[in-house]
This record gives sequence, C-alpha cells and structure tokens, in this order.
Amino acid sequence: MEFRPILSTLMRHKTAAALIVLEIALTCAIICNAMFLIGQRLAQLNEVSGLAENELVRVQITGIGNDPNAEAQTRADLAALRAIPGVTHATVINQVPFVNSSWNSSVRLSADQQQATLNATVYMAEDQFLEALGLKLVAGRDFNPDEYLEFEALQRLTGEVSVPGAIITRKMAERLFPGEDAIGKTFYSWGDGGIRVVGVVEHLVRPNMLGGPTAREYSMVFPIRSHYGVGGNYVLRTSPERRDEVLKAAVETLRGNGPPRIVLEDNTMTVEAMRDEFFQQQRSMAWLLAIVCIGLLLITALGIVGLASFWVQQRTKQIGVRRALGATRAQVMRYFQTENFLLATIGIAIGMLAAFGINQVLMERYELERLPLAYLPVGALALWLLGQLAVFGPARRAASVPPAIATRSV
Amino acid sequence: MFGYYLNLALRSFRRNRVLTALMVLAIALGIGACMTTLTVFRVLSGDPIPHKSDRLFYIQLDPQSMQGFTPGDEPAFQMTRFDSETLLREKRGHRQAMMTGGAVAVTPERQDVPAFMTVARYTSADFFPMFDTPFLHGGGWSGGDDEAQARVAVLSREMARRLFGEANPVGRTVRLDQADFSVVGVLDEWQPSPRFYDMTLDSYGQRDEIFLPISTAVALQMGRNGSMDCWGDSNGDQTSLNAPCTWIQYWVELDSPSKAGDYRAYLENYSELQRAAGRFERPTNVRMRNVMELLEFNRVVPGDVVMQLWLGVGFLLVCLLNTVGLLLAKFLRRSSEIGVRRALGASRLEIFKQFLVEAGVVGLAGGVLGLGLALLGLWGVRQQPVGYAELARLDLGMLVATFAIAIAASLLAGMLPAWRAVQVSPALQLKSQ
Repeated sequence: MEFRPILSTLMRHKTAAALIVLEIALTCAIICNAMFLIGQRLAQLNEVSGLAENELVRVQITGIGNDPNAEAQTRADLAALRAIPGVTHATVINQVPFVNSSWNSSVRLSADQQQATLNATVYMAEDQFLEALGLKLVAGRDFNPDEYLEFEALQRLTGEVSVPGAIITRKMAERLFPGEDAIGKTFYSWGDGGIRVVGVVEHLVRPNMLGGPTAREYSMVFPIRSHYGVGGNYVLRTSPERRDEVLKAAVETLRGNGPPRIVLEDNTMTVEAMRDEFFQQQRSMAWLLAIVCIGLLLITALGIVGLASFWVQQRTKQIGVRRALGATRAQVMRYFQTENFLLATIGIAIGMLAAFGINQVLMERYELERLPLAYLPVGALALWLLGQLAVFGPARRAASVPPAIATRSV
Repeated sequence: MFGYYLNLALRSFRRNRVLTALMVLAIALGIGACMTTLTVFRVLSGDPIPHKSDRLFYIQLDPQSMQGFTPGDEPAFQMTRFDSETLLREKRGHRQAMMTGGAVAVTPERQDVPAFMTVARYTSADFFPMFDTPFLHGGGWSGGDDEAQARVAVLSREMARRLFGEANPVGRTVRLDQADFSVVGVLDEWQPSPRFYDMTLDSYGQRDEIFLPISTAVALQMGRNGSMDCWGDSNGDQTSLNAPCTWIQYWVELDSPSKAGDYRAYLENYSELQRAAGRFERPTNVRMRNVMELLEFNRVVPGDVVMQLWLGVGFLLVCLLNTVGLLLAKFLRRSSEIGVRRALGASRLEIFKQFLVEAGVVGLAGGVLGLGLALLGLWGVRQQPVGYAELARLDLGMLVATFAIAIAASLLAGMLPAWRAVQVSPALQLKSQ
C-alpha cells in the first residue's frame, strides 16, 4: 500500500486528522495509566496474607473501664472458647490483619544504630498463635513455653527489658539479613537488649497499608501474652463451614463468662469478611477505572466512526473516479483502513509519551511505581484494534461506491 | 435572528438524529463524570470552619530523643502531655485546648438497654468556644473543672437523644466506664467535615459523641483512640505526665493571623528552655499550621478522590475532542447550505453565530443529561462504604456550574468547526451544485 497519496490527502484535512490523533493520544495515555492502576489494585486484592483466612473468625470485645483481672479473665475466656465444639484453636492477639489500627516499632540491627533499618508491626503472641492463624513456619521453630512473657508484667518492669525471641516473616528476614540465614541473628526493637530470631514464617501481612507495598509483610511476632484489654481480639480457628456457628457460640460464651463486657458486633465477623471490607475501596476503584477505560474507548470509537463517515461522504466522487480507473473494492477499503492505521499510530506514539508524563506526576504525588513498559504495547494494540473496528463500517461503505458515480453530475 | 438560528439548529438535529444523539451523549458523559468527581472533591476539600480557620493553629514541638534524628525532619505530629499542660497553663494564645480521641463504655440507666461503646473526645475547656460548637442545652465546662478533674460531660445531640430521649438532660447523670458523670451541655448538630481537629483518626463521617475533661479521663485511665509515638524508656504508664510519648493534639486560637509571629517566638523560646533543662535533645523545630495548611499538609482529601477528579477531567477532554470532530463533520457536510446563505447575503459573522447557536444547544442538552448522570454518579458514591459517602450531594452552586461548564465546553468545542465553516467559499460551493 502506498502511503504518499494517503498522507497528501491527510495534509488537506489537517484539522480533522489532528483531532482524531489527539483523541487517540489522550485515550491511549489515560488507558495505559488506568490499566496500570487496575493491575496494582488487583495485586493488592489478591495478596497472600499468610493466614488460613477461610477458617478464621474474630470476636472483638472490650471491658467497661479497666479490668484489673484482665489476665486471669483472658485465660478463662480462652479455655471456654477452646471448648466450643468445632473450634480447633483459639488465641488472643493485640491486633489482627485487615483493620486500620496497628502496633509498630522501628527495627535496628545494632544497639547504637541511629537510623532505623525498617519499621515493622508487632504481633504479641500467646501460645497458640501460629496454629490458630495457620501461619507456615519455613525456618527455625515456634516459641518454647518458657519464653513467653506476660504483657502486664512487662509493662511494670523498669530498667533493662529484653524480648526473649522473635518470629519474623521471610520478607522481613530478607530485608534485615539479605542472603543469610536469619535464625539466631539479633535485631533491636522493643526494650534494650537484642532480640534473637527463632523462627521465620512464610507470610504474615501487617494489619494496614502503613509503609506501602514494600513494607506490607514487615511483621514480627513477640512471645508476649497479651490480654483482652489490649485490642480485645479473640481469633478462633474452625472448619470453613462451621464459622457462622462458631462465631455465634463464641459471642454467647464471652457474654456468659466473667464481668459484663461489650462485644463489638460491627467488628465481629469471619476474617474473610474482614478482608472483603478492608479491600472494598480498592475493588470499587478498580471497577471505576475499568468503566472509565471502556467509556473512553467507546467515545473514541464513535469519534472515529463520525469523522471517517464524513470523509467517505466528502470523497464519494473521488472514490468513484478511482473505482472507474480500475481500483478494486478491496483497494478502496484498504485505503481507509491504512489511513486509520496511520492516524492511530501517530496518536499512539504521542499517547505513550503522554502516558509517561502522567505516570511521572502520579509517581510524585502517590509514590507510585514507574509505568512498566509491558502496558504500552497492550494500550497500543487496543487502540489499533479499536481504530480498525471503528473504521470498518465507513470503509465498507466507501468500497460500495459504484464507479458510475464518477460519470454523474460533472 | 437567534430564534431563526435555533430553528435551523433544530432542523439540522432532526436531519442527523444519530449523530446529534452521539454528540449530546458524549458531552453528557463528560459533564456527568466531571461533575461527580468535582462535587466529591469540592465537598472534601472545603474549609470546615471558614470564619476563623486562619486564626486556629495546630502546634507541633520536637521533644524526641536524638535517635533517628535527621536534620530537616518534621517534628513529632502530636505533643507530649507535659508540654501540652505547660502551654495550656501559660495561656499565651487567645484560647487553647489540648485533646485526644477516646472510646468509652456507656451504661444506660435503663436496665433493658445493654451497655455500648462510643467515641469520645477528651479535651479542655476552651475546646467549645474555640471551635464555636453550637449548644442545644447548657454549655461547656470551665478551666476550673479541668483542674479539679471534674466528672462532667458534654453530649452530642444524637447521644443525648439516645440516652435521655427529647428531655433536657443537663444535670442528669451518665455512667461512663466505671464512673458517673454529670451532663453539663448538649451540642446541637455539629460535625465539621473533615474533622480537622484530629488528623490521627478518620477525617470524614465520624462524629465525637461525648466530650470529657482530658484531666478526668487521664486520671480515670479511660481508653484512648488515636496514635501514640514513644521513644526511649517508655515502660510503665504511657499517659503519665513525664512519659516520653506524643499523643495529644494541641490547638491555639490567636486574636488575628498577624499574632502568629509572636506565638512562634514564644514556642521557640519554650523549646530552647526545655533543651537547656535537658528535656529536649533535638534542635528547636516548631510548627504552627492553620486549619487549611494542616489539611493540606495531611493530604486530607483521599488520593483516590484527587485521582478520580483528574480522570473526570481527562474524560471530559476526550469527550470534547470527540464533539469538536463530530461538529466539524456536521458543519462541513453543510458546505453547500453555507454557500447559499453566504451568496444570499449572510455575513461570515452571521454564519459563525448560526453554528455557535447549534453548538450551544448541543451543550445545553448535554448539560441536562449530564446533570442526570452526575446525580446518578453521586448516588453511586453514596452507596460506597467510605466515610464521606453521605457528603456527596450536589448543591445549587454545583448545579449552576454544571450548566455553565456544559455550555462553555460545547461553545468552545463549536468554535473551531464554526470557524472552519465560515471559511467555506460560496462561489466554489455554488459551482459544484
């Protein structure tokens, strides 16, 4: 196909051609970025938390004022919860994933280090922590029974305090001790002494998005038995189909056990439901972006159809002349398709530059990553395809112009 | 002539129904998307206390230890109890208040209503006059109550209704955690959006239901809500007077924005003194932000909302480009008609006017439809589980703005095609007839 006649025709319709090019460029730029954002949100929605999510329920409870007996009461609660039929494990934790509040602490590699290496979240574990959450230990061991401290006792301690050991996530181990075996290494966080890593779990996300995607799994577990006054989270593990039943039984058990307390009904649900709620906004934003993309493509397609039809109508006579001079239908059709391909290509080229421009702004404002190059060919392909689809109708109409037109109304 | 052009425009629409419908739809979609996102953005970025936001300042000092210090860092976002109480006592502003969020268990008098948790604010006496809270009954408490750790409470209207019905509850008793508090006031509807005075909690859609003196709440060890940063040896009670922990928001009201310099000098001097006494280690680093500066600094408008606004604008832009293209096609198709009108004596200006009227009508129709879409979009926003959902409503200003933007956009879009139409040479068109 010869480009020269097409180009010279386009040069005579600069305004309309420029409009199509601009529209395609803008759509391409927005769509590349929107797809990237959708990809990021989907990655968040599909993240692995490390928990046996579909087997867990959480009950949140709070005392009426401070309970001086909280520790003994918690032990009684746990015993009662573990006796519920269907419950395999039950534990009390200071915080759970998929909520917006969290306990965090800076982590250093030596006692006198001035700038923290990273900031990690702190889970205070009671004896059944690993089994109850369903975490997978990939190195080292669980805490020994004699390693646990009581939270209240720890609060009252003055002077040198040190945490007897920690289980950390693989992500955090790799960040703290790259390329080395983390087991037996020490780091500094809570208290004055070094904390020895005794185990590494495969995954365990922090409660919220603090620190962004890289810090998502900077989690450490300390052998500190907290009580229901610290967050008030009881997590129970059961089989997926018995979750509702267990949840109800757990609330009843806690209401009937000990002093009057308040079950926070809004926060008492399966961990799956908590995850759903937590990511709700990400999900709707992904949908919104997808709808905007489809809308943009539709509008652009309509614009191409409109202008292409206009051109076909305007050039009816020329098409007739070409047909009379021996051009086949296919050649006429290809002419309009090639024209559209040219316009789309220019638009896509400009659009990609603009896409990087928009990405640059997003990176500065939202601490977003650089737009991966892989999104560009996808965007380009989408617009090329869209252009060809949109121009097909008008091009076919052009091809059906009879050669006899050339002889009329001269 | 305007009526005639209107008539011409309507005739032309009738001739090209599908194309016209497409143009109106494109404008409507663009306007709808843009107005939805713009309304949400405007509601969220508004001034929550317009008449005095430039005289209210959020104070930050830098009491942390040298560990982790980098020159040029922001100071701690909140204040220690020691510094807050000292500044409060020295009363160098027109008004000042310290505060933190809280959570209390309320046990209603009626036995059949179970105890429940609610959000509270522990603060000091000036909170109410400083933020101009409207009172339905009674009023706030006094500085004397703060010092005496008085067991007094101010309730939100909703909480008063929940506990006491429609009766005036001032003087009645409410049981919070394990102590009885006497109700001294009930607020009228008051829910600044965003809740600017505490940036550590959700900014939208949350209202404080019970207000208590912070001295009392701390003495009774009532539950806190919000963030706390500790350093050094922070074992023991982290809310005690000398605990190395920041967890209090401190606000000061000045007589005029111009007094800010004096107050800053006072804060710097205070920091120097604390450093000389060995309490502060870092170089003096104070911050005073007024309400809007604080909201801006904290990027209180969610990033998603800003992104949606830009998406909306981008969408409108593509729709406009589309409309320009379609109008161009439409106008130039009528070159012969233009030729005849020009030959019969219409000036270029008249032709220009004729096509602008046509573009304007498209814009108006797009605006009406776009308004519908915006209302639908806002309804969609209200169904979202976000704190600001209830705020997403169109007001009169945005209604007018919708039409203004729609018509301006379509006139702008019509300008180029109309200009091209004007340049049609009548002789050429007549010859080719």
